[in-house]
Amino acid sequence: MKKKDIPQQPHSLYEGETKAIYALNEEGKLEMAQTSGWEVETDVLQQAIEEINRLAEEALVRVQKGESSPLEYHMYAQRMDLPMLAQAVGRFKWQVKKHLKPKHFNKLNEQQLNLYARVLGIDSETLKEIPDEH
Amino acid sequence: MSIEFKHRQAAHCETGVISNLLSHYDLDISEPMAFGLASGLTFAYLKMVKINGLPLMAYRMPPRMIIKLLSRRIHGLEIRFHKYKSEEEGMAALDDKLAQDTIVGLQTSVFFLPYFPREMRFHFNAHNLLVYGKEGDDYKISDPIFSHLVQTDRESLSQARFSRGALAPKGMMYYPARIPEAIDYEKLIPKAIRFTGKMNGRWNPIPFAGIKGMKMIARRIEKLKSDDPRYARLFLGHIVRMQEEIGTGGAGFRFMYAAFLQEASEKLNSAELADYAQEMNQTGDEWREFALLCARMSKQRGDQEFHDIAEQLRRVAEKEYELYNQMSGFKIR
Repeated sequence: MKKKDIPQQPHSLYEGETKAIYALNEEGKLEMAQTSGWEVETDVLQQAIEEINRLAEEALVRVQKGESSPLEYHMYAQRMDLPMLAQAVGRFKWQVKKHLKPKHFNKLNEQQLNLYARVLGIDSETLKEIPDEH
Repeated sequence: MSIEFKHRQAAHCETGVISNLLSHYDLDISEPMAFGLASGLTFAYLKMVKINGLPLMAYRMPPRMIIKLLSRRIHGLEIRFHKYKSEEEGMAALDDKLAQDTIVGLQTSVFFLPYFPREMRFHFNAHNLLVYGKEGDDYKISDPIFSHLVQTDRESLSQARFSRGALAPKGMMYYPARIPEAIDYEKLIPKAIRFTGKMNGRWNPIPFAGIKGMKMIARRIEKLKSDDPRYARLFLGHIVRMQEEIGTGGAGFRFMYAAFLQEASEKLNSAELADYAQEMNQTGDEWREFALLCARMSKQRGDQEFHDIAEQLRRVAEKEYELYNQMSGFKIR
């Protein structure tokens, strides 16, 4: 790719940051250059974010109906999923899955709640809260 | 407490960190050179390893491998790695090193680093950065994928270093213990190039790596038409993200590797390597074309079919196959 052909399509997702890319200069030599974004990349990034938001929103509806525990919502809201969360807390998937149900979630002790909150990057009070909207 | 430090932006975190770190200690090595000498270029399709339900595709060697291979290959280079049992211990060790004016590399999780754009923060546990100083409770950081220096508070850095899950960093900190005065390029470059050629081309025995891995994905893409359309869209989007977005320098490291081949051709005065560089750069363009097709299909624009995308990938694979096979027999003439 030539330097002059490097896409420069900034997107709000990047908050003004640029990325390094290697491209050919006028003498036909490869060197480092900057790109503010490529539509192809930002489109798929946007799509991935929308997918996570969709999962979080669907989970929130279940939580509000009392079918799921707040853990399920916060798991998706903090960009995790069941296998990732289970690996992060060092438990089996079925064990974590149980805690996605209000009945079992409500029985968790302080220590277990703290661990979940920690790996999700929130505090344990927030973990118990059910927000009004995502 | 802060050291005079020259920050250079890089395309990829691991190669950027090692290049900036060694250059700081007077062993000047560019990012592409570090990537090439560590034979970082590869391709792998690990369908059992899932990220948000989608299989892992890698365009380079696994995390940490680049630094480890580099320190094994470069004679006289020794990088020391430390892991820690507790956050307190890990942060105290970092403070100690900074007090001695040593610049250290850290393995961190992107999710907990506040200077990343909010929407770019995913749970990726193998992000590398350099710490070069401390001011009060703030750590001064040279994060190679940023164009400028950054900083972060103690609490966030500690969380980022001790995040859990796949590839958990466990506070991993590293720094050079011994640095050679020069690198024996005449010996190392041909060896590294042959290695990359063999790992990906005709001699590669692993069915899900190198050219074989690309063809495997091509077959998978063709089968997407019988999958749930949403899954198919996410799958294609995922390929593009692995190739372009996750700090690769464009075209899944192909442009960076081409830059390495070019630098190597200048160092060894080899016209053959200059030709390889051109070819690799062209495969990079083909990879970009492939990404474009994936993204269009993913966004349901244009009139391409899954078959066309798979064919484009096979075209790239054929082109790279030839190049890798040439590379696997490379000698200085």
